Amino acid sequence: MAVTDRVKPRSPRRQSLPPEGTKGVRRLAFSQKVSKWDVKVSPYLYISPFFILFALTGLFPLVYTAWVSLHSWNLIGGQGKFTGLENYAFAVAQPYFWNAVGNTFSIFVLSSLPQVVIALVVAAVLDANLRARTFWRMGVLVPFVVAPVAVGLIFNNLFADQFGLINEMLKAAGLDPVRWHSDSLASHLAIATMVNFRWTGYNALIFLAAMQAIPRDVFEAATIDGAGRLRQFFSVTVPMLRPTVIFVVITSTIGGLQIFDEPRVFDQSGLGGADRQWQTLTMYIWELGWGQRNFGRASAVAWLLFLIIVLIALLNFLITKRIASQGGRK
Amino acid sequence: MSSIPMIEQTAGKAAARAAARRGPRARRSGSGRGDARRPGFLTYGFLVAVLLGSLFPLYWSFLVGSHDNTVLSRGIPLLPGGNFLANAAKVFDSIPFWKAMGNSLIVSCVTAASVVVFSTLAGFAFAKLRFRGSKGLLVFVIATMAVPTQLGVVPLFIVMSKLGWTGSLWAVIIPGVVTAFGVFWMTQYLRDALPDELIEAVRMDGASMIQAFWYIGFPAARPAAAMLALFTFVATWTNFFWPFIVLDPSNPTLPVALQLLQAAHFVDYSVVLAGAVLATIPLLLLFVVAGRQLVSGIMQGAVKG
Repeated sequence: MAVTDRVKPRSPRRQSLPPEGTKGVRRLAFSQKVSKWDVKVSPYLYISPFFILFALTGLFPLVYTAWVSLHSWNLIGGQGKFTGLENYAFAVAQPYFWNAVGNTFSIFVLSSLPQVVIALVVAAVLDANLRARTFWRMGVLVPFVVAPVAVGLIFNNLFADQFGLINEMLKAAGLDPVRWHSDSLASHLAIATMVNFRWTGYNALIFLAAMQAIPRDVFEAATIDGAGRLRQFFSVTVPMLRPTVIFVVITSTIGGLQIFDEPRVFDQSGLGGADRQWQTLTMYIWELGWGQRNFGRASAVAWLLFLIIVLIALLNFLITKRIASQGGRK
Repeated sequence: MSSIPMIEQTAGKAAARAAARRGPRARRSGSGRGDARRPGFLTYGFLVAVLLGSLFPLYWSFLVGSHDNTVLSRGIPLLPGGNFLANAAKVFDSIPFWKAMGNSLIVSCVTAASVVVFSTLAGFAFAKLRFRGSKGLLVFVIATMAVPTQLGVVPLFIVMSKLGWTGSLWAVIIPGVVTAFGVFWMTQYLRDALPDELIEAVRMDGASMIQAFWYIGFPAARPAAAMLALFTFVATWTNFFWPFIVLDPSNPTLPVALQLLQAAHFVDYSVVLAGAVLATIPLLLLFVVAGRQLVSGIMQGAVKG
């Protein structure tokens, strides 16, 4: 009751408020009508800014991409004639396209697999009864606030072919220096390292949260059954984390297949090396659209990338589900 | 006048109750894993290694950035040199650094504020109001989270150039003003944190819908809104691909400016890495102030998501 008394005087203008005292049936009916209307319409009013803006900035571009991809379309000249699937046919016939597909997958696998595994291990360690718990958690998250471009520049230096720290260390260990900026696989490894640097701690915290949500008695039962810490980790923790693992794998798929920032700054020209050793699909879209000014082809490749992402996300989902459920049955 | 704090307090208590309900597992943190013993030397050794791994690249960039560019050919430096300010001066000479910093600040603040406002409004409606189609629309929102909006860059660019906005900050701000993630996040939070009875009570007492939102919904949403603002800020600040496409080199955001710096000084690592350090400092400061919230935000989102 106290709430009413204080809310009312603050907004005497509001018509939806019930009239003070008994001023007449008509006004009451009117205000009830207003109130009913208020209840019906308000929810739509509250969600509409999101949907209107999202339709304009998210949904419309996505559909429009499909339209652009079916036309010859130039950055300067704008829309040309309808060409059907010609842009798609062009893309699929390009060796550069397949090179970019291969590079994207290679970098993605090299980054996401170790990332999930290391994040799980880090999470398991953070889950111990630590002193200064928050300090450690914050520590692993520091890389998350470093912009990918800055990460790219820093690792570009660490992986420099000449006088780079990594190569100097390899030399000191009596090994041959690696040509990080010209060998395909080596450059993919370097770029994957950047991605792992930025995201491992973030994913570890997600896993940690999920670990802490596992009911304690499960572990107690496992302890009574004589399972050691390692056995508990593989037979209890990991299978119980299944939904979280799926979540992390799928989000890192969507992000990983779109990778652009780190490989873009791995050299100066931004085309992915002299022989496009590390040109990814998003870099290829950029080259087609803003390098060659061919928006039609860029859009076609964008749609192909989207299809690939959906396909891989689905595949990931099925595989992860299967692996995790097998682990659970053990 | 005292009405706002009063209602806020009530909502705050409700939020606290909801937190308490979630509490036991959130606060447990591995302390009774069958064995409550403190972890040993090995665990801390591992953690120190992980910590060094996350900090070393930053230290390294400062190390190289504080010497001149011949340092690496002379061997690996261990301690910072005295050249940082000279390198920083070169950074300021070759790119519009302060302008980029200001631009990043504007873009990130405006984006974070608008995402919070629109997400809280929509989240309040989805979590607490009954209306036709709400379930379907929410599913739609969640589904769009999986669609990479990055793939719309070509049409977005066409639209922006038709509007004459390419090169201006609007072109960066407008596509980011709403996010599906924000709506999802606020919906999840308000569902738990705000009891239905509270809204019913103020409605009975004659508050309009917008009053119910303003006096009950918004205060209850504050902790989650702060988290969302933090995340949106970091994501916008570090974003590169779209600003790189749509902005002019003369009017960049920080990541775009960094890329320009590399193009101008490709062989001079010291200057480039000094620039990387300078560009990272603001977010590191933010992290020192709000890192704890960032951590708990990630962990909360994970349990709910």
